[in-house]
Amino acid sequence: MARIELKGVAKRYGSVEVLRDIDLEIGDGEFIVLVGPSGCGKSTLLRMIAGLEPISGGDFFIDGTRMNDARPRERDIAMVFQSYALYPHMDVARNMGFSMEIRRRPPAERTSRVKQAAETLGLSALTERLPRALSGGQRQRVAMGRAIVRDPRAFLFDEPLSNLDAALRVEMRLEIARLHKRLGATMVYVTHDQVEALTLADRIVVLDGGDIQQIGTPLTLYERPANKFVACFIGSPTMNVVPATGRDRTLSLKNGAQIALPQSAGLERAAELGIRPEHIDLVAPEDADLTGTVDLVEHLGSDTNVYVSIGDVGMLMVRRRGNAPIRSGERIFLRLQRENTHVFASDGSALAHASAEAA
Amino acid sequence: MGRTADRRIREVESQAVTPRTAQQAAPGIFRARRSLYLQYLVEPFVYLSPAIVLIGVVMLIPLIIGISYSFQAIDLLRPFNTGWIGFANYLALWSDRKFWIALENTFTWTFWSITFQFLLGLGLALLLNTQFHGKKLFQALVFLPWAVPTFLSALTWAWLFNPVIGPLPHWLAALGILSEPYNILGDPALAMWGPIVANIWFGVPFFAITLLAALQSIPSELYEAAEIDGATSWQCFTKITLPFLAPMIAITVMLRTIWIANFADLIFVMTGGGPANSTHIVSSYIFTTAFRKLDFGYASAVAVALLLLLLVYAVVLLWLRKKLVRI
Amino acid sequence: MARNRSHPVATAGKYVALALYLAFALLPLYWLLKIAVTPDRLIFTDGVELWPSALTADNFRSVLFKTDFLAYFGNSLFVSLGTAAATTLIAAGAGYAFSRFTFAGKRIIIAVMLVTQMFPLLMIIAPIYRIVANFGMLNSLTSLIAVYTAFNIPFATFLMQSFFDGIPKDLEEAAMMDGCTRFQALRKVIFPLTLPGLGATLGFVFTAAWSELLFALMLISKNDAMTFPVGLLTFVSKFSVDWGQMMAAGVLALIPSCLFFVFIQRYLVQGLTSGAVKG
Repeated sequence: MARIELKGVAKRYGSVEVLRDIDLEIGDGEFIVLVGPSGCGKSTLLRMIAGLEPISGGDFFIDGTRMNDARPRERDIAMVFQSYALYPHMDVARNMGFSMEIRRRPPAERTSRVKQAAETLGLSALTERLPRALSGGQRQRVAMGRAIVRDPRAFLFDEPLSNLDAALRVEMRLEIARLHKRLGATMVYVTHDQVEALTLADRIVVLDGGDIQQIGTPLTLYERPANKFVACFIGSPTMNVVPATGRDRTLSLKNGAQIALPQSAGLERAAELGIRPEHIDLVAPEDADLTGTVDLVEHLGSDTNVYVSIGDVGMLMVRRRGNAPIRSGERIFLRLQRENTHVFASDGSALAHASAEAA
Repeated sequence: MGRTADRRIREVESQAVTPRTAQQAAPGIFRARRSLYLQYLVEPFVYLSPAIVLIGVVMLIPLIIGISYSFQAIDLLRPFNTGWIGFANYLALWSDRKFWIALENTFTWTFWSITFQFLLGLGLALLLNTQFHGKKLFQALVFLPWAVPTFLSALTWAWLFNPVIGPLPHWLAALGILSEPYNILGDPALAMWGPIVANIWFGVPFFAITLLAALQSIPSELYEAAEIDGATSWQCFTKITLPFLAPMIAITVMLRTIWIANFADLIFVMTGGGPANSTHIVSSYIFTTAFRKLDFGYASAVAVALLLLLLVYAVVLLWLRKKLVRI
Repeated sequence: MARNRSHPVATAGKYVALALYLAFALLPLYWLLKIAVTPDRLIFTDGVELWPSALTADNFRSVLFKTDFLAYFGNSLFVSLGTAAATTLIAAGAGYAFSRFTFAGKRIIIAVMLVTQMFPLLMIIAPIYRIVANFGMLNSLTSLIAVYTAFNIPFATFLMQSFFDGIPKDLEEAAMMDGCTRFQALRKVIFPLTLPGLGATLGFVFTAAWSELLFALMLISKNDAMTFPVGLLTFVSKFSVDWGQMMAAGVLALIPSCLFFVFIQRYLVQGLTSGAVKG
């Protein structure tokens, strides 16, 4: 398997800069997920690793060898496409064995490897079908089989699950996680779905506007987002962010509410307060930071989402475990969990984190 | 799947450890490698170059040579009388009555051909856009003239107009259009209509196919909405169909006009420009001058004149389109 | 208009119109066939009768065995197939480049190709004659193929481009990830998927080359190198009274075009709308 390094990598189309100064080290056997909104450059980055897009600047290494100018076939990397890109005129077996056919491996070896991969993926009964006779999930499996058969140095996935329906997506997600565990291969996975990112990744790379916003384990991104963008992008339902000003160790909200944080410094630069819906507690009136009226309640069974409108502060979403007996129109008293409160400066960067102080 | 699959994958892996072809091959390939960027710059031209070379050698270079011929005396029948003569060919052209007749004929020929081709083509497209029994066969048969080689269309129509074997003169006489069944291709006043009819016959399918494609791209919701609003079918035609077809019509008519103005085959075969030069259009005049008289210098001057006229036409049309689109 | 409930008069009118179109389209071809199968002695007596009073295959027999038409036919077949093959190959390359790459000068090259469709081709007939003559290539079918190929490349290129545009880019990228060079990807993955497009292009070009007359007249004068159109025209001017044989020859000339027409019919709409230029 392989180590992949990017040092100061950039991508330009004419004068348009799509990616700037990307530094990223992907360890041997690591599962890296690139996430970001559409147009953030994540697919371009993946295609540059694949060799499908030339690299405009910086250096790109595989196992310490500079590979900026290597063609895709010289990089020995497999890729699973969003559209699956199965060859419509070849049956499943030939699709999966095509890379070995190109590399002129002996037919016997080809057949046995294809057979093994097909069995692994539960495709044995389908090897003689053409792609058009397969369901979406089956095509997805064939695309993965095509990658496995080659035993490449690294796997790239370009939003592989986005064409599947919800149930299949969960199933295939598990399949990919299992695959990674078994093969221990280096994998780079692009998605805009943060659930996929959080569940699959060893480390997540959050991209926006051509820059890396943060690199970290799923928990790090969830607990200590480096800035407001990451904070809002990771986590579902999304984080509440309301305007706030700070002095000493206290934040004040628009309606005058004061929230004391166990934070030593930096609150002078505070512009916004962020709190995840699951980090707001319902309390007795005397312990409350904020008082509001319930606007709308969504019962999801496992959770209850409560939309609370709080005067000048605006709308906050509160998430309760289980089926909470809350009705709209009710008055409700809220307390923010201090150690899970995020504070952002006016440029969006996170100020030193409360729980970091505590630790 | 569980454990067995697990083991199989490991087997796959252990087999794969030995043959690492790509990696082994890699260093050798890398040494001679150009940058990917350079490759991206050069690669399209690898695929394009045969086309570019052939078009350049067979069309563009002769085009330039052709323009230079128009300033020379090149008459293969007088091989010792060659050389640069400036604008002499063009001066001769200015006072060449045949050229002016041909020019006038070009307008007649193009205008009537395009008008009838378009109207009949539109009618056919509208018919084909409806449902009726045997539509597939009908469509194949009415489009057939488009596949007939032009020289054969020309000969066939020439024969149809021939009173000896063709029925047309007799029918026209029976209808009272002709006083007696004679060959209109031999009548300087009417001869032009022979090639025009052949051209209409040959060109209707083209318009019908193009317009049919455009018609089929009009969303049917529009008609349904109009029907609910109580529009008559004539209103549907003028308020929905025509506006939708307009861009397609404009571009097709423009390109077709140029093509028809250049189209000399029918006239050359059916009348050869006669009788008494009454049916020459500019392009058939070019061909006869080059082919029969072998006067390449003069033929090229006529060709340059035609090219300039077509250029003016294209510029006017583009200007008009710009004007109209702005509204 | 397609969906208006039909009035009986409107329906009748529609079928009359259909019949008239059909008659207009088929009458000349029918007449060609009719004279070709009418015995010589009946041509004048049958006159304007729609149906010949007797049938014969004599005309076809004498055209095939007593004249040079079989040779002309062979020459035309050679030229048309050669042109179709060469054009399709070259246009496939160019169309692929237009479809898959963005590169400097693309717009200019496309513009030049469009212009070549506009200017009077007869303009270059004199220069081409002299160039071909200088190379001693007059009366050579190869020079005809070269000229026809160049004439047909622009249209065929736009046609092929539209076919390539219909094939997802992912496929050849997947092939390249699987270890193909771009050319291998083209040959093993894209090419098999473009076969219908290649067929349609072959058909269009073949038909165009089959019917070209003026350049063939100019470049070919020797009897044994004549293509069908040149041969037929020469025949007409020499034996302008042998109606039956001429028309039989005409019917024979029609056959290959009609075969290709049947074959390419379903691509007609796509082809003409993408090119929208060529007759």
